[in-house]
Amino acid sequence: MTAVVGKNLIEVRDLRQSFGGQEILRGVNLDIPRGETTVLLGQSGGGKSVFLRHLIGLIRPLSGSIKVDGEEIAHLDERQLEPVRRKVGMLFQDGALFDSMTVFDNVAFPLRERGERNEKVIREKVDRSLELVSLKGQDHKMPSNLSGGMRKRAALARAIITEPACILYDEPTAGLDPIVSDTINKLIRRLQSQLKVTSIVVTHDMISTDHIADRVALLREGRIHFDGSLADLHASTDPVITDFIEGRSHEID
Amino acid sequence: MRFPYSFPLTRAFCLYLGQLSFLAGESFSSIFLGRIRWRLVLNQIVEIGFGSQAVVIITGIFTGAVFTAQIFFQFNALNMSSAVGPVVSIALCRELGPVLTGLMVAGRVGAAICAEIGTMKVTEQIDALRALAVNPIDYLVVPRAVAMMISMPLLVGECIFFALTASYYVATRILNVNSVFFLQHMWFYTHTKDMVMALTKGFVFALIVVFVGCQQGLTTSNGAVGVGRSTTEAVVISSLSILMINFFLTMALNIIFPAGGKF
Repeated sequence: MTAVVGKNLIEVRDLRQSFGGQEILRGVNLDIPRGETTVLLGQSGGGKSVFLRHLIGLIRPLSGSIKVDGEEIAHLDERQLEPVRRKVGMLFQDGALFDSMTVFDNVAFPLRERGERNEKVIREKVDRSLELVSLKGQDHKMPSNLSGGMRKRAALARAIITEPACILYDEPTAGLDPIVSDTINKLIRRLQSQLKVTSIVVTHDMISTDHIADRVALLREGRIHFDGSLADLHASTDPVITDFIEGRSHEID
Repeated sequence: MRFPYSFPLTRAFCLYLGQLSFLAGESFSSIFLGRIRWRLVLNQIVEIGFGSQAVVIITGIFTGAVFTAQIFFQFNALNMSSAVGPVVSIALCRELGPVLTGLMVAGRVGAAICAEIGTMKVTEQIDALRALAVNPIDYLVVPRAVAMMISMPLLVGECIFFALTASYYVATRILNVNSVFFLQHMWFYTHTKDMVMALTKGFVFALIVVFVGCQQGLTTSNGAVGVGRSTTEAVVISSLSILMINFFLTMALNIIFPAGGKF
């Protein structure tokens, strides 16, 4: 019997979360279609990263449902979540490279942890992964000797080495100069076209969104305010959306 | 009546004890299920055990030396200088050896464990481990716990050996105690059970240092300030716990291995 493969890789229903009495997510409903890049926009501190962390069980929801590849993960414990996490890679905001290891060991880490013992195979895969993120020849360096952009690219190489079905990007261009940001954007596009992965990108960078998004969702006050194509976003006359796109605040000078 | 909530300190203590027990339980279940990364265990033995030797040896030498001198000054006045050997030996095996080693290791290793894991926590490296489907308890806590359980009894033994060597040297060469009397009395009054007591205490103190250090590290928040605070707390909590639990261990172990006798 073949399993039914749904159109959506991830389905989130009525997701709620609060920290210290403050409600961060107030019933988020969002579907993430397979093979597309979905950009989740929202203001800083609006709960985008918190939402992203729920998708691989790094944070447990207060209530609601999260289905990854048809499997409900909201109630799973750490050990039960491991198979789900093997399907999903995550790029953290600051890379979160292991600072006691070289770039090579960082990128090889997921392979070794999944039982790969053949150093020749590991070397080949790490080289291919580092080439994809344009970091070949930097594998002997320690993370502390890399620039912010290089750290993010090395972390991306680590996230993609096991060829996950989905990659979650937490602010991939935050704090980077426009040139490095553009490199990262192109990389996300290239990974999508070459590896056919489903991508979810959390950002508030509109240039990046225009470059990489197939679909866009806007998180506002703990709920999804808008969910549609990039063209729909730009065609919208909703003042909340136009203010966000044009970077306009209503603070009095 | 909401009893625990009426006493915030009691509640915090129970909560902490619960978290610590949970961490220890998870770690032991991983150990018994064979989820041990032996390469990491060996690295940690080098880091924890091998690296702590200098501190433990120096502590042992000077404790043995000063304790011998002090006991000699008191006992010599009573014309009992030949009792210096056994008194020093039993005190070192039963109390000073394990407690001082425990305190030194808590300061050196407990702090290092907490600072390393705490830094990993605040820089999202623990979350990165989890995101890569690696359980942080299996990867970080278990190797350190196994390494400590192996290293600590050996360190305690080493501390006692160097303390007794220093004691022999000070007593016989500096304080002119008869070396035959010293050794014979020490040998006669020190039993295997005293050594078993030392190693048992060392093992228990290893568990305290490693689980308190890991627990403090894993619950660190608030960046660099948080790492500093957690590390201080790890050393204070494990040192005080060693001193307090040592009393109860002494009372309990004295029932199993009563002082005196021949065994």
